[in-house]
Amino acid sequence: MTTQLLTYVFVGATFALYIGIALWSRARSTNDFYVAGKDVHPVANGMATAADWMSAASFLSMAGLIAFLGKDGSVYLMGWTGGYVLLALLLAPYLRKFGKFTVPDFIGERYYSKTARKLAVVCLIFISFTYIAGQMRGVGIVFSRFLEVDINTGVIVGMAIVFFYAVLGGMKGITYTQVAQYCVLIFAYLVPAIFISILMTGEVIPQIGFGSTLVDSQVYLLDKLDQVTKDLGFIAYTENVKSNIDIFCITAALMFGTAGLPHVIVRFFTVPSVGAARQSAGYALIFIALLYTTAPAVSAFARVNLIDSIQDQPYSTSPSWFKNWEEIGLIAWMDKNEDGKIQYSSGDALENVKPSYQELRGSNGQRLLENKPNLSNENEIYIDRDIIVLANPEIAQLPGWVIALVAAGGLAAALSTAAGLLLVISSSVSHDLLKKTYMPQITEKQELKYARIAAAVAIGIAGIFGIYPPAFVVQVVAFAFGLAAATFFPALFLGIFYKRLNKEGAITGMLGGLLFTASYIIYFKFINPDINNSDFWFLGISPEGIGCIGMILNFVLALSISIFTKPPPKEVFDIVDEIRQP
Amino acid sequence: MKDKTQQYWKANLKIVFSLLVIWFIASFGFGIIFSDTLDQIRLGGFKLGFWFAQQGSIYIFVIIIFLYVWLMKRLDKKLSEEEK
Repeated sequence: MTTQLLTYVFVGATFALYIGIALWSRARSTNDFYVAGKDVHPVANGMATAADWMSAASFLSMAGLIAFLGKDGSVYLMGWTGGYVLLALLLAPYLRKFGKFTVPDFIGERYYSKTARKLAVVCLIFISFTYIAGQMRGVGIVFSRFLEVDINTGVIVGMAIVFFYAVLGGMKGITYTQVAQYCVLIFAYLVPAIFISILMTGEVIPQIGFGSTLVDSQVYLLDKLDQVTKDLGFIAYTENVKSNIDIFCITAALMFGTAGLPHVIVRFFTVPSVGAARQSAGYALIFIALLYTTAPAVSAFARVNLIDSIQDQPYSTSPSWFKNWEEIGLIAWMDKNEDGKIQYSSGDALENVKPSYQELRGSNGQRLLENKPNLSNENEIYIDRDIIVLANPEIAQLPGWVIALVAAGGLAAALSTAAGLLLVISSSVSHDLLKKTYMPQITEKQELKYARIAAAVAIGIAGIFGIYPPAFVVQVVAFAFGLAAATFFPALFLGIFYKRLNKEGAITGMLGGLLFTASYIIYFKFINPDINNSDFWFLGISPEGIGCIGMILNFVLALSISIFTKPPPKEVFDIVDEIRQP
Repeated sequence: MKDKTQQYWKANLKIVFSLLVIWFIASFGFGIIFSDTLDQIRLGGFKLGFWFAQQGSIYIFVIIIFLYVWLMKRLDKKLSEEEK
């Protein structure tokens, strides 16, 4: 069977599985729809949380990003796992004890204010849609490369599947499909990693192979990589380029942002007890760590393999994956020195970085570019970082079924996260905006109907993002984490650990954190991108890390305003006392 | 009764605080601030600071959560026995 046929079979089989699960686990009440009836086993919830959490960005982009960033890439590894420690120790058990349906629910009741609840809904919707846009790009890439269908068709098929199980099954359907999706995605991630580890180092476990010597040589893989990267004009792979303060702030923003992401927090509302919520966070992190400790190994293998297989190769005999990705528009080659060979080194090969292709072909058969060459360096290729995980099995010349498996895994990662996000959006609309604010008279049955309608509308909007991707998708990822860190984390944390915090403090804190973080990111990413470098940044902190400062600002505002305004009513003290008990 | 719950809360805060100290040292300490210094030491093919930043910190995070689960289970049990 050809690789393409195999891919159809794998993707088709997994999609059939997800639909089967959706039919089996339909939601019959709002309790089912919002929190899966609160009877999900901690291990199952751990898997669902892992799938919910690990998005197209984790599965497709992260290893590629680290392959090019080297040690600087550690911010993603530590940031996106360390947040679970905060979640498990500071938030999840208490929010589970509180026992309601959504994150704005907690904020609305703890701060006895409809304004606080509405503000929380606005932040939640903004964070979640930002995140969904990235998932849709992942679905599009997988479909267009491996199934050779139009990206739009791919997005519509993906949306139809999510529609089916999210609208029918709500949280219940999503939970059990996410368990299946976790199994698919982790298998798809580990199989090629193990294969490549054996090929390159002879070690079965990638985490060990990563620190071993290369096959038939006494040289450690990482030492070779340091040497090769230095020879090509980069900073050595295992050394930092970014300043320590920036790395510190980015890691912190990602950690606190992770702990404050609504779609992750609600997963802990689905387990039966406080003890189960704690355990479940532990299982979730084990399942996540399985991928997150493999990813940096994959990155190092991929960087070595990539350089080995193309450096100084004539284009005419270059490997087929190189040309396949060039056709999709994610690789480009400009023969600056006109020797017909591919040279890779540091610096952007092209002016304006991203390639724009002409209809014409060059003398070697390559796609010619509109861009002018960037003559300040000798680098001749542009490689989109998102392709590394997908191209890795091809680069290492693994069998076709492994490539098909990776395609199915990438789709599982994107769809599971998209579904989780759609659910928190729809429940915050039907529960927080309608039932708790504007239409308190509706019955449970009507609320469930509105939840389904909201889910359907949200899927439609997400689909539009996929078909007409906003040009700034990549830039706004920093938004989701920065805003979650600067708005939700302090409000939730202080709500549990500091009884005296009142609504005035919480609202000012969230607003301050939101405005500061959003304007800093908008200023450097959209208004003045030309000066987006460390000379102009506040204390040398990049827009990716500014959420950390936004969070500190939130804490300072919340605490100081609270002291000068009147304390919260007695009922709130009782709520806090109550959630502190196991 | 009031005393019991207050003691429970204090013990809880102590557990959380000590575990967060470990969390901070493993990631921000070994993985970032002292990473370059630790790089002088080697662990097989890894420089130690690099290993902490890309592998070790994550293993420690997992251990911290399970320690927390275990310690809190013990504390909850103590509380419910005292209440009897």
